[in-house]
Amino acid sequence: MSGAITEDKVYVYEAPVRLWHWINAASIVVLGVTGYFIAYPLPSLSGEASDHYLMGWIRYLHFIAGYIFAIGFVGRIYWAFVGNHHARELFIVPLWKPEWWKGFIDELKWYAFLKKEPAKHEGHNPMAQFAMFFMFVLGGLLMIVTGFAMYGEGTAPGSWAYNLFTTWVIPLFGQSLDVHYWHRAGFWLLVIFVMAHVYVAVREDIMSRQTMVSTMINGWRYFKDNRKD
Amino acid sequence: MAMETFYEVMRRQGITRRSFLKYCSLTAAALGLGPAYANKIAHAMETKPRTPVIWLHGLECTCCTESFIRSAHPLVKDVVLSMISLDYDDTIMAAAGHQAEAILEEIKEEYKGRYILAVEGNPPLNQDGMSCIIAGRPFHEQLKWMAEDAKAIISWGSCASWGCVQAAKPNPTQAVPVHKFLGSGYDKPIIKVPGCPPIAEVMTGVITYMLTFDRVPELDNQGRPKMFYSQRIHDKCYRRPHFDAGQFVESFDDEGARKGYCLYKVGCKGPTSYNACSTIRWNEGVSFPIQAGHGCIGCSEDGFWDKGSFYGHDAELNAFGIEANADTIGKTAAGVVGAAIAAHAAASAIKAAAKKGDE
Ligand code: HEM
Ligand code: HEM
Ligand code: SF4
Ligand code: SF4
Repeated sequence: MSGAITEDKVYVYEAPVRLWHWINAASIVVLGVTGYFIAYPLPSLSGEASDHYLMGWIRYLHFIAGYIFAIGFVGRIYWAFVGNHHARELFIVPLWKPEWWKGFIDELKWYAFLKKEPAKHEGHNPMAQFAMFFMFVLGGLLMIVTGFAMYGEGTAPGSWAYNLFTTWVIPLFGQSLDVHYWHRAGFWLLVIFVMAHVYVAVREDIMSRQTMVSTMINGWRYFKDNRKD
Repeated sequence: MAMETFYEVMRRQGITRRSFLKYCSLTAAALGLGPAYANKIAHAMETKPRTPVIWLHGLECTCCTESFIRSAHPLVKDVVLSMISLDYDDTIMAAAGHQAEAILEEIKEEYKGRYILAVEGNPPLNQDGMSCIIAGRPFHEQLKWMAEDAKAIISWGSCASWGCVQAAKPNPTQAVPVHKFLGSGYDKPIIKVPGCPPIAEVMTGVITYMLTFDRVPELDNQGRPKMFYSQRIHDKCYRRPHFDAGQFVESFDDEGARKGYCLYKVGCKGPTSYNACSTIRWNEGVSFPIQAGHGCIGCSEDGFWDKGSFYGHDAELNAFGIEANADTIGKTAAGVVGAAIAAHAAASAIKAAAKKGDE
């Protein structure tokens, strides 16, 4: 993480992490848009029911993107085990380390315009890491668990999703409607995460002392200066 | 005295052999079994000693009994009633007062571990159970006492299964469903037959299955018979093609309502309700709420009174005891974050410009 970085550049995000990031981002956009239209369907179409399959396609897209999101999520967890140490930052937030908290407060100050200059970070800055774990990782897990539980309701008893998720998720949350409501709460959580995340990524790219967006594209973190801190 | 068989009881109640056999084939058909089962059912009822059914009434509105006695086939109704009204059901039995209470004691002793306890309604526990007194005692005492020696319990309706309206917030009498009242230590099967009320054919189907086959129907992991509760209203709804097409009733008196479009946007809870309404329907299969143009309100689901409006899907959440509408909070939070981002971006731009100026 932070500390004294004097190199010009470091290799941070390996190819699988970068590939995953963009596939994941695309799947979430599709999930968010189609999910919204499941909750608040578009105005009714006229004509015969047999002429249309609009809601059907929206749900179908949602489920395909859901599978991609979930499989990607599992793949990303696998990569945390075999990838470099930056690959683990997403899942392990060192809340027990005082220096991490120092970095977190430092970052807060930078965002509150109380500091002229941010610290340099090889991997994620502590604030980003915090949001990535508590909003994205936990929120994503909630969406996968509730999503596949609802999916299993449609594919009926005996299907893998029903056996693996529906059976225990519905009683855990109360009843089927509660599962839908928590899935919707998770939707809003992720909407907020994505808004903040994209803003911060672009802003850091412009204003921080290091590259951001290109790092998630080519894997290299370039530092704009080689001062110690 | 030798134990009476069901067949003997029915004959004594004036049901002819012809009607009895007809009843057996109807039952086999109703339970989705092949015609060969009719003989098996007949044989079982001719040879097995009858199982007494005790039907207790706690805090409830009697809609389950009302539904039950309107079972579609008059013959089924007569036979099933003749089988179960023998013992104790304080709504429809002949005996009353001390005589009636004596029946309970007698059955509990004589048929220890061999009677079925059907419970309509639930026990309220506040004020020592004062909100429901049966024969001078709180209902919960009677329930516990009769549950001790039962072979199995049937929880009729949403009251006994989940709590229903008397358990809706703030639940002033602290009404609790039967399985919660008896607790996890209770070792006999509890069969939940939820609905407000349950469909008559579902009720007679469950009880007939238990009496004729002398076993508990296969249950899902929440204790509901799989044969009636394994699918949602939405899965078999005849308006489903309109849902998939994206054709919705937007308000109750619009063009879509006249054309019979899907009721999702006016709050139909069919997608989250496990019941047999869209297959068996109501009143001898005449109709069911969605067919009459009103969305499902989810009456067979746990806590359906407390899940927000019947006319929308506003995501009411109850997290850590705090009631909240996820959509309202979500939209507000997203708006606030959006505004904050815009303001922050503007401030950042100004700062950056000022810094450039300094250099
Ligand atoms: C980032 C992830 C996701 C987002 C933002 C998202 C969003 C949404 C939203 C807003 C709804 C509407 C909720 C309602 O009104 O009932 C919904 C429904 C649903 N989602 Fe997701 N979802 C996500 C992931 C998933 C996943 C991984 C699955 C698994 C296949 C899934 C399956 C479903 C299902 C089955 C429904 C209900 C469809 C229906 O009732 O017709 N979702 N989603
Ligand atoms: C739905 C949209 C998105 C989601 C859910 C998302 C999620 C994430 C996650 C979970 C990470 C951590 C990666 C890891 O440690 O493996 C990350 C990193 C990153 N994302 Fe996104 N992302 C999204 C869209 C975007 C977009 C549109 C951009 C570009 C403008 C972007 C730029 C970045 C950058 C630059 C990083 C690296 C941050 C750092 O080095 O600290 N993301 N994103
Ligand atoms: S009316 Fe209700 S149950 Fe029927 S398809 Fe529409 S949402 Fe589903
Ligand atoms: S359609 Fe829904 S609300 Fe109506 S009786 Fe059936 S389960 Fe209950």
